[in-house]
Amino acid sequence: MAQATLPPEVLDDAKARRYSADAAGLGRLRAGAFVAPALALISLFLVFPALWVLYLGLSNYRLTGAAAAAPRLVGFDNFVKALTDPEFWNSTWLTFEFVLGSAVIGQVVLGFLLAWIMRDRTGPLKRIVEGLVILAWILPSAVVSFLWVALLDRDDGTLNTLLHSQDFAPLLDHPMLSIIIFNIWRGAAFSMMLYGAALGNVPPSHLESARLAGASGWQQLRDVVFPHIRGHVLTNLLLISLWTFNDFTPFLLTAGGPDGKTEVLAVHVYQVALQGGELGYGAAVSTVILLINLVVAVFYLRLLRSKK
Amino acid sequence: MRLRNRLMGAAVVVVASGLGLTGCGQSSDGGSGDTIELTIAQNSISGGKNAAAADYITNWVIPKFEAAEKAKGKNVTVKFVPSGVDDEQYKTKLSLDLKSGKGADVFDLDGIWAGEFAEAGYLKPLSDVVGADADNWDGWAQIPQSVQGLATYNGKKYALPVGTDGRVLYFNKTLFQKAGLPADWQPKSWQEILDAGNKLKAAGVPVPIQINAGTAMGEATTMQGVLPLLAGAGGQLQQDGKWTGASQPLKDALGFYQKIYGGSGLGDPKLQQEAKGRDKSFQQFAGNEIGILLESDYLWRGVLNPETGVAKMADRDQSVGYALIPAEEPGKGINGQDFVSMSGGALRAVNPNSAHPKEAFELAAFTLSPDGLKEETKNGNVRITPRTDVNKEILSSEPLLTYISDKVVPLTAFRPPVAAYTQVSVALQEATAEVVSGKTPDQAAADYQAKLEGIVGGAGNVAS
Repeated sequence: MAQATLPPEVLDDAKARRYSADAAGLGRLRAGAFVAPALALISLFLVFPALWVLYLGLSNYRLTGAAAAAPRLVGFDNFVKALTDPEFWNSTWLTFEFVLGSAVIGQVVLGFLLAWIMRDRTGPLKRIVEGLVILAWILPSAVVSFLWVALLDRDDGTLNTLLHSQDFAPLLDHPMLSIIIFNIWRGAAFSMMLYGAALGNVPPSHLESARLAGASGWQQLRDVVFPHIRGHVLTNLLLISLWTFNDFTPFLLTAGGPDGKTEVLAVHVYQVALQGGELGYGAAVSTVILLINLVVAVFYLRLLRSKK
Repeated sequence: MRLRNRLMGAAVVVVASGLGLTGCGQSSDGGSGDTIELTIAQNSISGGKNAAAADYITNWVIPKFEAAEKAKGKNVTVKFVPSGVDDEQYKTKLSLDLKSGKGADVFDLDGIWAGEFAEAGYLKPLSDVVGADADNWDGWAQIPQSVQGLATYNGKKYALPVGTDGRVLYFNKTLFQKAGLPADWQPKSWQEILDAGNKLKAAGVPVPIQINAGTAMGEATTMQGVLPLLAGAGGQLQQDGKWTGASQPLKDALGFYQKIYGGSGLGDPKLQQEAKGRDKSFQQFAGNEIGILLESDYLWRGVLNPETGVAKMADRDQSVGYALIPAEEPGKGINGQDFVSMSGGALRAVNPNSAHPKEAFELAAFTLSPDGLKEETKNGNVRITPRTDVNKEILSSEPLLTYISDKVVPLTAFRPPVAAYTQVSVALQEATAEVVSGKTPDQAAADYQAKLEGIVGGAGNVAS
């Protein structure tokens, strides 16, 4: 991920040839020995669990009951069940809404706006704004969720008190909108910081020339700033899309309710695997989620590698 | 086999931690030297859920038990592992602990989980885990057969029963007076409940009737909602080995939900959808906002209890009335009954993974000794204990529990003690959720039957 933040450099052939394949002069065996501990850790904590989830997804393993003691392999039944289950597609669609609304649109736009407005400012205002935005990002999820439940609660919520309204229940009447706004508020800090750093890299002289040539604010943004920060935008999109896709925090606000209206995929897996006890089916859904994540990641990485 | 279990356990932990949960297994390994360390876990916590039970363990059981063992020459220390969460979450935590070969030496569980835990090997018959001590326990002679049945699966005893309970209709006498309803109200049909609800509504009561519905309330929807209504319409979940599908009694029960939540204003549909809806229903009842509430005796002793409740009601004894749950019409309930109820009860089990099963059983039995139960239930914390000898002494001081033990227990029914029950229960909750959000009872019943067929292995096991 870290490499992706830098625009990839194209090495020409001659330059590449000057570096030997064995720059450190260790030899294949010793080099292998140096890499081995890292590979072992990756296999143990990344590859093995992934394969294990794949295996569980092919079984009827359960948290309780007879299938917990003696699980059977059931082939691709779980995958077929997931792909034909309207609840799974409902969750997938909700996750798509959640990622698009809160990350791709919400956090990116709000984060960029904040970074753009604050780019030339100094002094206490900037520090206060940045401090507050970052505070929303670094507080523990449980604490933040509790505060938002207290804000939006139907009976004695702060919002109802402020508006002098009765029975306004955002978490029940507009559950998706509630968690989208919550997640924009929560995650905008990351985009703001990343764009802030990126905007610092735009050479002032380019902006100066553009202004002298009579470019409007929008034109400067489009033709000078954006080409410079394109890599950062894509990297940011990649990271926050994947984070949001796998985010479990909505559960703390709505528990997937009311009636599954906010049951995004991460919550769906928790509900079927741990609350419902269907570990095999949950593992199958997890595998599908993994595949969707891969597709999203490959899509962004391709964009990033493609010509500017 | 053992290795595979461990690997499975490891995978579960990986999945769980990937979802932001933390595994909280308690080691049951013995300590160094000849000190025996025991842990006991319950879904109770001092100052919160079931506070009286938690305080009883910490303040009485642990010191007394340690002293009693010391007198026998054994050095035993006991640690209490509290929880204060919804039963479904407690069950998940417990299953994960047991799956990974850990968990407290002695733990409480809902009786209805016994089947699936036994099938999974998380519980083993007491005589296998503990030996002859379990069968020779002097308490068994004091425990009625129906209560022993809660701890029995396929003819074997898997745990000690902690007690039993019963469900009634609670009503707020203050609100009833305002609506011109009698303080000794006893409806004889569902229509009379609705009539009372309409009077309460006319008198300006915010929520005239609360019958739990929806999935957020979990088992509380099934036990304090669907099942008493189903029994009142003459239906049973399972009959002669076959599960009941979209039967007329189920449609009647769902129809009753529709009359309350389908726009009549007698109930609050949104409350059924809230993540913490049941806790809110407690607060609203204590705050004189709910007229009629179907709940178990837990409401009386654990929620409204002026001393230790989670939603204390200082004038509980004066302003809360209770009535039997009527059948749909007189004589229409199961077995031709006029009134119905449902009962369950908790169990106290010895962990098959315990390093010291004998001492663990002694601890479990100690908590259910006559002296212990009397201590636990003193100061207004009376509940129906498993022991007849203790009940005789303590219940007379407590009107509601006398009522439940005299009037409700004789006509009550139990849930089918099979492993598939909890999944069927969720399907029932979903059926009520559909009605609350506007589907017809017929449609919800048909959807239930489709899910039921998937759970119990095909249409062949379902009768409609």
